[in-house]
Amino acid sequence: MTALALPTGEVDTSHGPILYLEGVSVSFDGFKALNNLSLYIDEGELRCLIGPNGAGKTTLMDVITGKTRPDNGSVFFGQTIDLLKLDEPAIAAAGIGRKFQKPSVFEKLSVFENLELALATNKGVWPTLFAKLTSIQRERIDEVLLTIGLIESRWQQAGDLSHGQKQWLEIGMLLMQEPKVMLIDEPVAGMTHQEIERTAQLLLSLQGERSVIVVEHDMEFVRSIAKRVTVLHEGSVLTEGTMDEVQNDPRVIQVYLGD
Amino acid sequence: MKSSLAKRCFRLILFVALYLPGFGSAEDTATSDFTSALNKIATASMQEREAAVQQLISLKEPRTLLILQGLLDGQLYKLRDGDKLVLAKQKDKGFSLTDAANGDDLGTKESAEIQKIPLNNSLRVLLRKSLGSLQLNSNEINTRIEAVKAIAKVLDDESLKLLRDRLAIEQESIVQDQIKLVLALEQLNSSTKSTRIEAIDLLKDHPTQDVVNRLNTLVEKDDEGNYLETDNDVRNKAKTALAAINAKISLYSGVETLFFGLSLGAVLVLSAIGLAITFGVMGVINMAHGELMMLGAYTTYVLQQLMPQQLGTALILSIPAAFMVSAVVGIAIERGIIRFLYGRPLETLLATFGVSLVLQQTVRSIFSPLNRSVAAPEWMSGTLQINDFLSLTWNRLYILIFCLLVFMLLLQILKRTRLGLEVRAVAQNRNMAKAMGIPTAWVDAMTFGLGSGIAGVAGVALSQITNVGPNLGQAYIVDSFMVVVFGGVGNLWGTLLAGFSLGIANKLLEPTAGAVLAKILVLVFIILFIQKRPRGLFPQKGRAAEG
Amino acid sequence: MFKQFYEHDKAAFWLLTLIGGIVFLIPTANIIFPEESPFHVSAYSISIIGKYLTFALLGLSLDLVWGYCGILALGQGAFFALGGYAIGMYLMRQIGTRGVYGNADLPDFMVFLNWQELPWYWYGFNHFWFALLMIVLVPGLLAYVFGWLAFRSRVTGVYLSIITQALTYALLLAFFRNEMGFGGNNGLTDFKELLGFNIQSSAVRACLLIASGLALMLAFVVSKWVINSKLGRVITAIRDQEARVRFIGYRVELFKLWIFVFAAVLAGIAGALYVPQVGIINPSEFSPLNSLEIVIWVAIGGRGTLYGGIIGAVLVN
Ligand SMILES: Nc1ncnc2c1ncn2[C@@H]1O[C@H](COP(=O)(O)OP(=O)(O)O)[C@@H](O)[C@H]1O
Ligand SMILES: [Mg+2]
Repeated sequence: MTALALPTGEVDTSHGPILYLEGVSVSFDGFKALNNLSLYIDEGELRCLIGPNGAGKTTLMDVITGKTRPDNGSVFFGQTIDLLKLDEPAIAAAGIGRKFQKPSVFEKLSVFENLELALATNKGVWPTLFAKLTSIQRERIDEVLLTIGLIESRWQQAGDLSHGQKQWLEIGMLLMQEPKVMLIDEPVAGMTHQEIERTAQLLLSLQGERSVIVVEHDMEFVRSIAKRVTVLHEGSVLTEGTMDEVQNDPRVIQVYLGD
Repeated sequence: MKSSLAKRCFRLILFVALYLPGFGSAEDTATSDFTSALNKIATASMQEREAAVQQLISLKEPRTLLILQGLLDGQLYKLRDGDKLVLAKQKDKGFSLTDAANGDDLGTKESAEIQKIPLNNSLRVLLRKSLGSLQLNSNEINTRIEAVKAIAKVLDDESLKLLRDRLAIEQESIVQDQIKLVLALEQLNSSTKSTRIEAIDLLKDHPTQDVVNRLNTLVEKDDEGNYLETDNDVRNKAKTALAAINAKISLYSGVETLFFGLSLGAVLVLSAIGLAITFGVMGVINMAHGELMMLGAYTTYVLQQLMPQQLGTALILSIPAAFMVSAVVGIAIERGIIRFLYGRPLETLLATFGVSLVLQQTVRSIFSPLNRSVAAPEWMSGTLQINDFLSLTWNRLYILIFCLLVFMLLLQILKRTRLGLEVRAVAQNRNMAKAMGIPTAWVDAMTFGLGSGIAGVAGVALSQITNVGPNLGQAYIVDSFMVVVFGGVGNLWGTLLAGFSLGIANKLLEPTAGAVLAKILVLVFIILFIQKRPRGLFPQKGRAAEG
Repeated sequence: MFKQFYEHDKAAFWLLTLIGGIVFLIPTANIIFPEESPFHVSAYSISIIGKYLTFALLGLSLDLVWGYCGILALGQGAFFALGGYAIGMYLMRQIGTRGVYGNADLPDFMVFLNWQELPWYWYGFNHFWFALLMIVLVPGLLAYVFGWLAFRSRVTGVYLSIITQALTYALLLAFFRNEMGFGGNNGLTDFKELLGFNIQSSAVRACLLIASGLALMLAFVVSKWVINSKLGRVITAIRDQEARVRFIGYRVELFKLWIFVFAAVLAGIAGALYVPQVGIINPSEFSPLNSLEIVIWVAIGGRGTLYGGIIGAVLVN
């Protein structure tokens, strides 16, 4: 039963970083998707993660959220919470939320219901069975609906939304969870130019309050939000710095343009 | 045809052998003695009959053996009209007769027209012994060995002497060994200690049920707890010998269990392997798989009805025929139903379940709902007797071999042929394969046909071990799924290993738990195993497998 | 309130009205009209209709796990049969000395097998309340243990289907064994009385029909409520995107387990109502084919609708 117990209390960030990854390796049938990777994310930081396709960005998120178990290395949430000892729901409950690369909303449920499910509250079986939305929670959902621009389509089935709207809905679900760390995999794919701008604003407004890790290929978007950028290549960190530093790094140029 | 021709030749030779010697006078007396002995047997009183039999034996005529055997088996009669001695075999309502003296066919007669030659006990004993001695000196090695075994059952001083005499002149070492063993059993009764110990030594290496029984008497206690055998050395020797023999026997029974397990496993593998293709490679849950096996079994039945004289040929021909029948039906199912349901496993499951009911009903109305039994050709029946404690049934042995052949062939098809390559490509990534120009629809149909055809072939094998009926498939469908799932979907080697290990596990548990409980335990084991490895022994890997 | 309900969910309203009508009218027709009247409903027909109601309940239970939660359970019949055996054991004990052997302590088949005393697992079944408890507990507990093992290890899809089939198949084989003490091949039959009333009488049959109807209505309303609760939405979400549900913090295995056990209990109740109406329970109820048939009812009636399972069950039969 110990695995079922959710970690309670505050995340201990007394030493700075909220997320520690050290020496993490993942291999699939001998192929190293992550290779001795180390990464530290500070509390309230907005970090961009870039790298060519197959660099291991999604795999990295899989490791943090408990989807994939690494062969080696350690992953800590704050000073005390060993994420490798927790499973997906426990990690989510501890305060790590995730938006998937491929939008995965609950298509048969309405937009409102999607957000309701994500709502940060007791997610045990019996409490869920008897759950009733309080007025505060309703307001919270409305607030998020407004933020993600779906207030009009709140009763629409999520499956009927456009690709961009689904992306927004996923971000909305992430907001509902009120996580301390948000992992956002390719949020602006399929969005219009304006939507991209709105997303950038939203993410910027979150920093300070929450730590955010964004994976994105759209360099313009990255430039518009990023303070620090980490470049992944073949499963390990190639370099880390501001957008300008990174873009002028010859190794990065070589990785992106090929030799 | 052949055999009756041979019979005719034989008779001709017999005829020559019996009548040509009639020209010489010495032979003349012999023949007349022979005839008079036969006459006495037919007509004389019980006592005189014994003398006549002895006379007959001393004459060493070629037909003697036959006549005496007939007398012992109650097949020697005389005609009420004329007292001629005949050998009679019951046929329909009457008896078909042959002349005892020369083997001429005398046609059939009513039972009222003939009379059995009566026997008493002393005559019976005499017959046994003398038959034994006749056989013991036969020219056939096998007859001699049989004779030794027969004599061993009625040992007395006389028969012992017979054996010793024969041993003195016997050339063949197999027969010598056989005789020595029988004598050794006798030597256990000797009063010389060393002889007895030597005998035990000899017997230890040639265990038979008789030997075990006899040795057991040497180590048993009577009611008061005293050993029946008073000689300590002999008793201890017997004890160690028994221990050695028991070890051997338990080894044999282990081998036998293993064999039973493997043969059950072979049946499981055969029935699961077609499923491993349709279910494993294509992801189609085909509930009609069992019925495709049933069709294969019925194909065997039909072919056998068409050529009842050549069971063996019919069986061999059934293999390709059953493959074709089931493959065609399978392709029809795929083209008609399943192809509209790809990616919807539940609908497929239900639709094919419907098909299975239809197939059962069809078979029921064509062949009747009753079970049909398919006869086994001669080479499939009987056992391979390795020794007293180990015998393997031929049909199971053949099925085991057959299973391995089918498996190897299938593996080669998937590995080496163009179709195999395309099947694997489609299994891994349907869309990509399509984009590369592989005709996926055709590949689907062929794959399904292949899997179904193999189900049909499995049906041929099944027809040799159970009755063929409309419910044949149902009995195996759950097991087949279990094997595929246990082995890991999409892995043929996994299916093979799973089938054999489940078969062996079943047979290992059976002696202690009973057949049904063993099966339950195996099912529970699989249920628990799936918890540990939710994707079987050999799970598919990669992102494609996660969907 | 009725009006509100009617407007909110017409289909559910009509379904409940229909079942209510059956429950009220059929027994009435049996009592009021004399036997020669065309409106008379015979005691036999009452049992047939009652039987269909239990099937409908069984279909409903599978619709919960399959239609809503996406667990294609091919062993739902096992829980039905277990509920049936639980009530059957009570009915067996009610026979008392009226059996062929007249043994007050042992059911006939045990006397026949030369058993000397009642096996421990038959203790308590002479009390009706105990049988009622077991009707709920035995299927529920089996579903709990099995589901806990399976869902915790994330056995899904066809694998789950196949092992649920293995479960019911194993039970089938087990109950066929005489040594199990459940009457082997023949099962439990020749019942005489239920709570002291003749089980063949049309009054008892009518009561059983009413009980089946009420159980179905109650189960429908409760299931409706469950499905409309947040838990219902979580379960639907699990059906469509199991992995995603985990990442927003729900313990998927516990939710699956809950609905699986709930459905097993409903199936057990259905079985317990079925057995006294048909007068026999034997191992063939565990046959994998029976469970497949339930799946077909739900598929035909339409999965994920609640009334689909009910309609399908009645239509097919
Ligand atoms: N479950 C898996 N099985 C096999 N290979 C995988 C699996 N997950 C990821 N990979 C491989 O690991 C590498 C990294 O993938 P990913 O993390 O998705 O890259 P990115 O998101 O940076 O494009 C890829 O080559 C991918 O094929
Ligand atoms: Mg990626």
